[in-house]
Amino acid sequence: MKKSVYNILMVGVGGQGIILASDILTRAAMYAGYDAKKSEIHGMSQRGGSVFSHIRFGEKVHSPMISEGEADILFSLEEMETLRWLRYANAASLVISLLTRINPAGVEVYPEGVREELRRKCTRLMFIDPERLRGEIENSKFFNVALLGVLSCNVDIHAESWKRAIVEEVPEGSVEGNWRAFLAGKKY
Amino acid sequence: MEKLLLSGNEAVALGAFEAGVKVGTGYPGTPSTEILENLTRYPGVYTEWSVNEKVALEVAIGAALSGVRSLVTMKHVGLNVAADPLFTASYIGVKAGLVIVSADDPDMHSSQNEQDNRNYAAAAKVPMLEPSDSQEVKDFTRLAFDLSERYDTPVLLRSTTRISHSKSVVIPGKAYRGREAVGNFQRNIQKYVMIPSYARMRHVEVERRMERVTQDADELDINRVELRDRVLGFVTAGVCYTYVREAFPEASVLKLGMVYPLPEKVIGEFFQKVEKVYVVEELDPFLEFRIKAMGLTVEGKRYFPITGELSPDRIRRPLGAVQSQGRMMSDFPLPPRPPQLCPGCPHRTVFQTLSKLGHTVTGDIGCYTLGALPPFTSIDTCVDMGASITIAQGIEIATGIEIATGVEIATGIEIAEGVKKPIAVLGDSTFTHAGLPGLLNAAYNGRNSLIIVLDNGTTAMTGMQPNPLSGERINGQPAVSLDYVKLGEAVGIERENVRIVDAYKPKEIEKAITELIAQNTLSLLVVQGLCVILRRRRQRKEKANSEKIGI
Repeated sequence: MKKSVYNILMVGVGGQGIILASDILTRAAMYAGYDAKKSEIHGMSQRGGSVFSHIRFGEKVHSPMISEGEADILFSLEEMETLRWLRYANAASLVISLLTRINPAGVEVYPEGVREELRRKCTRLMFIDPERLRGEIENSKFFNVALLGVLSCNVDIHAESWKRAIVEEVPEGSVEGNWRAFLAGKKY
Repeated sequence: MEKLLLSGNEAVALGAFEAGVKVGTGYPGTPSTEILENLTRYPGVYTEWSVNEKVALEVAIGAALSGVRSLVTMKHVGLNVAADPLFTASYIGVKAGLVIVSADDPDMHSSQNEQDNRNYAAAAKVPMLEPSDSQEVKDFTRLAFDLSERYDTPVLLRSTTRISHSKSVVIPGKAYRGREAVGNFQRNIQKYVMIPSYARMRHVEVERRMERVTQDADELDINRVELRDRVLGFVTAGVCYTYVREAFPEASVLKLGMVYPLPEKVIGEFFQKVEKVYVVEELDPFLEFRIKAMGLTVEGKRYFPITGELSPDRIRRPLGAVQSQGRMMSDFPLPPRPPQLCPGCPHRTVFQTLSKLGHTVTGDIGCYTLGALPPFTSIDTCVDMGASITIAQGIEIATGIEIATGVEIATGIEIAEGVKKPIAVLGDSTFTHAGLPGLLNAAYNGRNSLIIVLDNGTTAMTGMQPNPLSGERINGQPAVSLDYVKLGEAVGIERENVRIVDAYKPKEIEKAITELIAQNTLSLLVVQGLCVILRRRRQRKEKANSEKIGI
């Protein structure tokens, strides 16, 4: 890794499972031998609101929070949220966005042109088609772990550390299914 | 070496366990809740969700005086509720360690104010420690128990949202042994009974104690000087230490592990070695004022905001430093995504009805405060736990017939008729926390309010903790459940004015509200419907169980 600390901002909507996904990622980084921290918010803002998790790992991590403009990867589980958190990325950042649309409560029509705006702004942009990825895995319960599989191609954490983190974090009995989903995501 | 990835809250529980804690009490409140939930999982530790924070602290005082180490957890505003016992616990001291965790919420991610609870340490004259990451949280928790016993005082451990809800690497230590498993309360009237004559003696002891702690603070290794650049330096503590290290890695830092009382000699020496020093702290200029009072020249709040959280950027920018990377910007218009009552939430119907009826509605603390936001906009006040019931009483008095009659008699001015009675709305946990005295006050002073309890079977906002209305304790054991009808009866509410309706029956809810509000007497309406998140969780559990036993 070139930089001393690697920053991943994971964003989405309350209920999408960001906390578990970021727990697995941070744990994998720790098992890979890095100092690792993550920060998020529980409580009121979670109720259907915009949610985020800051994940940082490297030789020595101080702040649990990523500063604006300093995310190496912006990893988003919802289209509009990708744009909402774009200020945390910079021109060199990799922006990965799931093509999932969730209307905020009270909003009937999803805003047009979000993808186009992302294409205009981001130099390194990757869209994930949720249907295609879901088709690659046996159970949609494992979807977020499959997403981590996609993410894993862009971070310097070896497979054993990912596996160990998944074993620690997912319910007993679903480890194998989750691991296969992770590998499917890796191939996506 | 075993490494754990722990949140600050998990680390408090581990630290307390390692310190041989035997009793843990508290009341749920973001960002403190997970401390006790985690402590419950350790063997040999008694834990309870107490009815409120005052009760929690008092239970822990009793346990600590009986010689077992005790931990109390709460959010910052919880310490307001527990302030009464705190100030006198400071006088009577402890027998075994008593540590109180205050989890503050700068930026109010899930709170009604962003008070700085370091002020409580100074006001109650007790030491306060403030860790910077999960490893320190664990270590400081252990240390707090030792200090509590060494100086015969309760010790405050301050966390903030970013410490409690951030995860970082922790190396566990060995569990402390040698503490008696069973406590033994020994009479010590002059120390434990705070009648004025004894309290006067104890206050002298408190002042002596704090002098001693102040002197020893200079030797305490959690107050650490990191000398680097001799031109620029910072005094800081807690999560702000990590921001300072990030923003100015070359600067010298005096990192305070104990934020009250301050190590005056260490601070003085740091200022001699470093040319220009800033204090970086969230919220109040707590350290800044004290350092200035020592006669030292320092800057703080002139540069860094007094409101909200800090960040590396909020430290860098005011000092004219720039970030290495330019951030990406987009002015694309996006609709906001504020938090909402969950789809299927049993409270929704009540707020729809209240929205339609147009009464003044005094609200309370919980998920249902979201009833203030569109599409409901049906809550008019939210102040503190239980205040829905009591603020409604004040509104009723000030706008109602008793004052009006008085005004008419005094001035001859006729008061307009048709003032709508206020309605108080609060959740089940809030009702037992602080609503009961308000209910009694309404009955005692002859109010005619309607009190609506939204009973969703749990303390939902903080993540599903049982309470005295849900028939269960922290560890899942069955418990008594407060009986609304008997309670109503006990305070003199007529049987027909205590109603219990199903949260998913809008017509019955509307009928009950209209009928009860028309009564010229105090009434209690309970709207029952299990929290949807809890319902789904239970269904999943049942499904998993039935699959296991092969149904």
